Amino acid sequence: MADAPVLELQGITKAFPGIVANDRVDFDVRAGEVHALLGENGAGKSTLMNILYGLYKADEGEIRLKGKPVSFVSARDAIEVGIGMVHQHFMLIPVMTVAENIVLGNEPTRDTIFLDERGAEARVAELSTQYGLAVDPGALVREITVGQQQRVEILKALYRGAEILILDEPTAVLTPQEATELFAIIQSLKADGKSIIFISHKLGEVLEIADRITVLRRGKKIETVPREGATDASLARAMVGREVLLRVDKSLAVPGDVLLRVDSLRVRDDRGIEKVRGLSFEVRAGEIVGIAGVDGNGQTELIDAITGLRRIEAGTVSVAGEAIDHATARSMLDIGVGHIPEDRQRRGLVLEFSIAENIALHDYAAAPSAKWGWLFPSRLIERGATLIEEFDVRGGGPTTRAGGLSGGNQQKVVVAREIARDPKVLIAAQPTRGLDVGAIEYLHRRLVDERARGRAILLISLELEEIMSLSDRILVVYEGEIVGEHGPDVTEEEIGLEMLGGSRKAVA
Amino acid sequence: MSAPSPTTPPVVGKPAPPGLAARLALRHRAGGVIVPLLTALIAFLIGGVVVAATGHNPLLAYRDIFNGAGLNWIFHPTTSTVDAAPYNLTQTLLQTTTLILTGLAVAFAFRCGMFNIGGQGQYFVGLYIANWVGHDLAGMETFPHVVLAITAATLGGAVWAGIAGFLKAAVGAHEVISTIMLNWIAIWVGTYLFGDGGLLQNTANPALPISNNVADSAKLPVFWGDKDLQGLHIGFFIALAALVIFWILLNRTTLGYEVRAVGFNPDAAAYGGISVKKNLVRAMAISGAFAGLAGGIDMLGYLYRYGVSDIPVSSVGFLGIAVALLGRNTAVGTLFGALLFGGLLFGTTHGLQSNVIDPQLAGNLTYMIQGLIVLFVGADVIILTIWNSRRKLRRRAGSA
Repeated sequence: MADAPVLELQGITKAFPGIVANDRVDFDVRAGEVHALLGENGAGKSTLMNILYGLYKADEGEIRLKGKPVSFVSARDAIEVGIGMVHQHFMLIPVMTVAENIVLGNEPTRDTIFLDERGAEARVAELSTQYGLAVDPGALVREITVGQQQRVEILKALYRGAEILILDEPTAVLTPQEATELFAIIQSLKADGKSIIFISHKLGEVLEIADRITVLRRGKKIETVPREGATDASLARAMVGREVLLRVDKSLAVPGDVLLRVDSLRVRDDRGIEKVRGLSFEVRAGEIVGIAGVDGNGQTELIDAITGLRRIEAGTVSVAGEAIDHATARSMLDIGVGHIPEDRQRRGLVLEFSIAENIALHDYAAAPSAKWGWLFPSRLIERGATLIEEFDVRGGGPTTRAGGLSGGNQQKVVVAREIARDPKVLIAAQPTRGLDVGAIEYLHRRLVDERARGRAILLISLELEEIMSLSDRILVVYEGEIVGEHGPDVTEEEIGLEMLGGSRKAVA
Repeated sequence: MSAPSPTTPPVVGKPAPPGLAARLALRHRAGGVIVPLLTALIAFLIGGVVVAATGHNPLLAYRDIFNGAGLNWIFHPTTSTVDAAPYNLTQTLLQTTTLILTGLAVAFAFRCGMFNIGGQGQYFVGLYIANWVGHDLAGMETFPHVVLAITAATLGGAVWAGIAGFLKAAVGAHEVISTIMLNWIAIWVGTYLFGDGGLLQNTANPALPISNNVADSAKLPVFWGDKDLQGLHIGFFIALAALVIFWILLNRTTLGYEVRAVGFNPDAAAYGGISVKKNLVRAMAISGAFAGLAGGIDMLGYLYRYGVSDIPVSSVGFLGIAVALLGRNTAVGTLFGALLFGGLLFGTTHGLQSNVIDPQLAGNLTYMIQGLIVLFVGADVIILTIWNSRRKLRRRAGSA
């Protein structure tokens, strides 16, 4: 491992109207090193990398490659000197094959004009075996998994000769297994002398993969530390600027009456495939029940069925002892089910609506919001202002568009709306997805508070850590069935094995 | 992601007073007025280039269109329609009345996320029904007759558009396709009704492919100009009232809240407990009601009868699309869009001298400008970019 940095960024400053996204940031990366860039949403990580990749131009500062100053006008310039970037949202063409996507813009040719498909596939196959990036070069991109698509992006960068690879929140879209596989790939790239810049706001994975860690906060570099000696507490403090409670502080649950009972539930997905296959469980007042499982094992369909958004094939859902036939979203809301949806931008919020209008999304037609079909916008605003205050929503007032808020504050609007309705049962689906440490801390505390108020909380999350730290009981789902039930003192390995279907036979 | 967010407070140099969110909102609103203005301006510029290409002075041509539309009336306001300007203005406002309503028909559906191309067909249905009720129920008292005919026309338009809404909700048929088909059905139904042996054909002279005249008791009172010379009828005020109703419906009722929620994000609306399907049907029906009303008051206000040969010439339903798009699907915007196209429609079709503009070109200029506006509204991102780069240039000049 050479000690001289291959790439140095010095004194990078970039201002957007109203804010300084990067304020005299220094950053460097060495050959054969994984250097993590850690910071909350809006800390300036992506801005810095977009400057490095030639997408933005810095107002001040210098980029030096192997000691020589360089200046990039476009991403093409950056690619030419060996910098590759894998964006959070992939830039692939779904109807083309893996190999075609990889060689796009730099295609090998036969007789100077024809695409040499065989040559392209051979080159791709060679690269993918070299770094353990298993992917079928002839497959169509739309037919492969998200994890494989990410590999295609990485291969694309390597094909163009990247020596320095920027990965922008690469695990955000991956399942835990895929993340593990990604880390193995990163290790093999590192062994080959490539430099990796790993952007993240997740402490655990940064501590696992990085050699050095640079923390950004509000556009400023706070510190660069080696992984040795860094702890999640020290990094969280640097990121947020204060002590952060990473472990959820909660007392033992005092479960009361059964508020949610799901009995032999069967649900199909949009394509008619049975995704929930005879699930039964109950959630009592004052307890948090966590559902652990790999994405796609029926969690989404289960949530949709309980909240009346999807037809139930067989079985029943009862709330506070009342069984609901022909449930609709409206009837489930009225009977006392609150729902923090897994995708707040697609389903949880109307981004073009104001905060006040979003808060009224369930109750716009009831007093005091409306009377005989007449809406009182001033009352919506009044109520919005109260809840903004109570739930500490920052970044705007009741008439601010919800789409203008940061992710954490958008989620606070959703949570405010759901909790303010005083539901008996609260379904929290991926409540902290995409949020930063500060917002996660807030949401976890809030969920524990609501448990203390006697709500029955059903937590569905793909983050095993979140399930483990919040739940009083843990149910593991695999292929639409419950394959395990545990108390809060179970180990991560045990659950992990069940999530992959390991102990299904033993239970059945 | 570290896109600049309002939670990142450090401020550059001088304070940026209103805060990012407020400024974004301001720009959004400014874009709301500036983009349509620029769109119209560019469309007129290109129209001017075409006029110049035919060897005429575009400024003179536009001046004469302006005068032809009676808009010079504001310099010499008088109510006497013996003068040209006030007479022309009444004719422009007659067109505006129709366009306000066909514009609202497009705008309302748009706010629920649908594109109602069927305003023309819904307008025809309103027209036919008003003619039928207006003629066949002769002998009623004036007031109830007018109210009955207008209500029937409005409901007819609502049902016609409601079919498209129902098909979308029930089987997912795209409303663009179904409303276009319903246009054709309305056109051919009309051709039958007024044609040889048709149900509404002239009873006095069965050789004419023209309807009967509506009875006097069903005619709308004319308040400006001569009743026999297409004076301006009280339908103008009905259209203005419809603008107010449109605004109130959308912004002050739970129905409007549902329409907007479904229009912006149907998934979130469903999650909120709103029935998306119900709203699709209802919004489409309300949309068609506006167009049906337009047909009704045109029939009772100044047309009084309709013929087979009139059907293919009418394009007020399609102009409504340009009106709504230019008006950004708002009430106030629709009013101004309707005024603009009403003026163009009348100003380009009469009284222009051939030494000022090629007469062949004059009649088609309206449709060229309509087409350009529809094109540019689709490309408003480009126009916003031009607008923003202008601001950026100015800021750079200011800081240098």
